[in-house]
Amino acid sequence: MADQDDKPMAGAKPNLPPLSLHVPEPQFRPGDDVDYSNVDIPPAGKQPRPDIGATPYDMREMVYDLVRVLDDDGKAVGPWDPKLKPDVLIKMLENMALVRAFDERLFRAQRQGKTSFYMKCRGEEATSVCAAFALASDDMVFPSYRQQGVLIARGYPLVEMVNQIYSNKGDKLKGRQLPIMYCSREHSFFTISGNLATQYPQAVGWAMASAIKGDTRIAATWCGEGSTAEGDFHSAATFAAVYNAPVILNVINNQWAISSFSGFAGAERTTFAARATGYGMAGLRVDGNDALAVYAATQWAAERARTNQGPTLIEYFTYRAEGHSTSDDPSAYRSADESKEWPLGDPINRLKQHLIQLGEWDEDRHAAMDERLANDVKAATKEAEKNGILGHGLHQPFETMFQDVFEELPWHLKEQSEQAARERAKKWPE
Amino acid sequence: MNMIEAINSALDIMLERDPNVILMGEDIGYFGGVFRCTAGLQEKHGKTRVFDTPISECGIIGAAVGMGAYGLRPVPEIQFADYIYPGIDQLISEAARLRYRSAAEFISPMTVRSPFGGGIFGGQTHSQSPESLFTHVAGLKTVIPSTPYDAKGLLIASIEDNDPVIFFEPKRIYNGPFDGFYDQPVQPWSKHPDSVVPEDYYRIDLGKAKIVREGEAFTVLAYGTMVHVAKAVVEHHGVDAEIIDLRTLLPLDIETIEESVKKTGRCLIVHEATRTSGFGAELSALVQERCFYHLEAPIERVTGFDTPYPHSLEWAYFPGPIRIGEAIETLLKD
Repeated sequence: MADQDDKPMAGAKPNLPPLSLHVPEPQFRPGDDVDYSNVDIPPAGKQPRPDIGATPYDMREMVYDLVRVLDDDGKAVGPWDPKLKPDVLIKMLENMALVRAFDERLFRAQRQGKTSFYMKCRGEEATSVCAAFALASDDMVFPSYRQQGVLIARGYPLVEMVNQIYSNKGDKLKGRQLPIMYCSREHSFFTISGNLATQYPQAVGWAMASAIKGDTRIAATWCGEGSTAEGDFHSAATFAAVYNAPVILNVINNQWAISSFSGFAGAERTTFAARATGYGMAGLRVDGNDALAVYAATQWAAERARTNQGPTLIEYFTYRAEGHSTSDDPSAYRSADESKEWPLGDPINRLKQHLIQLGEWDEDRHAAMDERLANDVKAATKEAEKNGILGHGLHQPFETMFQDVFEELPWHLKEQSEQAARERAKKWPE
Repeated sequence: MNMIEAINSALDIMLERDPNVILMGEDIGYFGGVFRCTAGLQEKHGKTRVFDTPISECGIIGAAVGMGAYGLRPVPEIQFADYIYPGIDQLISEAARLRYRSAAEFISPMTVRSPFGGGIFGGQTHSQSPESLFTHVAGLKTVIPSTPYDAKGLLIASIEDNDPVIFFEPKRIYNGPFDGFYDQPVQPWSKHPDSVVPEDYYRIDLGKAKIVREGEAFTVLAYGTMVHVAKAVVEHHGVDAEIIDLRTLLPLDIETIEESVKKTGRCLIVHEATRTSGFGAELSALVQERCFYHLEAPIERVTGFDTPYPHSLEWAYFPGPIRIGEAIETLLKD
């Protein structure tokens, strides 16, 4: 197929076919009907669960399969069922629902002008919350910008999150970071960078350090499928494999990198989990909307890492059900039906159905929980608003701008800090 | 000691003193580094403290960021400064800003060692002086020694520093000082007073320049190899110049510079890097801002040319005695 209709180059030989460039194109654009029949969704429970010590070579088929636990009726089936107790399942459900409630309210807060920017993770809640449940609380996570679920699952106070989003005087990051780029050493949550995949080699380095020191903690990191194209991803995978680093490399394949579909990261040719095979690393491809499959895969990879059997790359096959951020309009580049028709459903609904099927949950309890969580979030935002919202003057003390560039303030920053203070006195005389 | 031995000694001491110090880089382990700076250290300290890495500067620096966040004090080696670019995003967007963006919850106490500069027929890819790329970045410190004594003391201080430090080693003077007269016999360090290096621990604080030669006629600001070249040319011309070895470009010792230029009234800036937007431009601006009413002549800059480093024309490119000599004449004209 020739994707170009230009005249042949002057140097082209008439007896040879002209070369043509392939530019990937997603299946559906705005207005198109969506048909997912070509997406291969294997039945839940059919995927083998390799031994923790299996060699990457022996389990190489796993990178093309899709680990699934919850079937269409909400039953947990097959060898990957982590057999969690109902109270753990309910806790997991509650955390995913809290992430969603938080996203809803803070998205609105951005629209109300209380902050500059927000990013939801709707549809992807399981990939962070359930992974966090399967990790130890002091395992270090190197998140990207859609893993707020890890912080929430680790009990980070919602008020602190909102303070950060509002960059107000309560923001412990001193108003320096974009909203949602949280950091909490206490919760073993590394600071988020806007530069993509940079946290990948860092996570590997942290894991190597843990191994060098004979520690027992492991590291986990996340990136989107789009950023697997970054060099950092490949450097990290090389280092992880070479040093057998105790790290879990998560790729959230949510199908879209802003408006570029996964084909621009190579999805037309192979899976993202299959990247693992080339590095001689264990790889799993997992139904990212299946809370139990996410938990089970992370648990498997964590045990592997913790027993010095090396890194695992996990691709979570999921769907970004909302825009990339508050600055994005997905209706401009993809079919509105994509999200509705997504063949793997919604992670919260699926776990809810599972609990109902177990007789441990019902619609009333779910509705009551949603209401309670919405109120909790509302209370947290009200509390945070007392510390100010973006641009309303209640920000960090002025001089914090110059702190923490270096451990100690060098002369040139001292001079600039004094200059800023003079400007401030002129602009806002007290 | 020559500079290689002094660097080796500093690394050895820091590996001994601090169990959190680790060295990593291409070929630095068993082989001891292409310039031998890490020779014997893996054997002595073990291969989880001193180890080889894949050829991936992004991986090396990125892993060092994670190691620093863990609590280690990594000393990554980038084999040549020319190869630092694949790791530059990890340096300038990550290591440099980690303290700031995490409000000091995480720091990046790494010291990136890398041989830099020309004069060894290294061509375009083994001769560059990229220091001003780093001095332009908020959050990085840049250190460049010019003698074995300074190399050891400054490297120890860099490793002990809690901020990310770029430690550029002028490879032309690893084995002996270089006076710029390239067709003359090479001098070994053993004849130089600064090759007397204590075996034990000592440190030279960052941000303190050294007055290499006191004088009244004009002030020379230089670092790395160019300190020696400038000194030789000054002596060759028999002029009474004051020569300041900056030692650290950031933090910069502005007091010593200011005091000297106010005393001499003239300033010559010398570096190997290309001219446009080089560190000399920053020095020139600072001297102009702070010493303008004391200046008796325009500030002179002697630098490499704004071309890539030409292999066969290396000595035409290098800011050597003729270029410096002409600048001195111009500076002293009135």
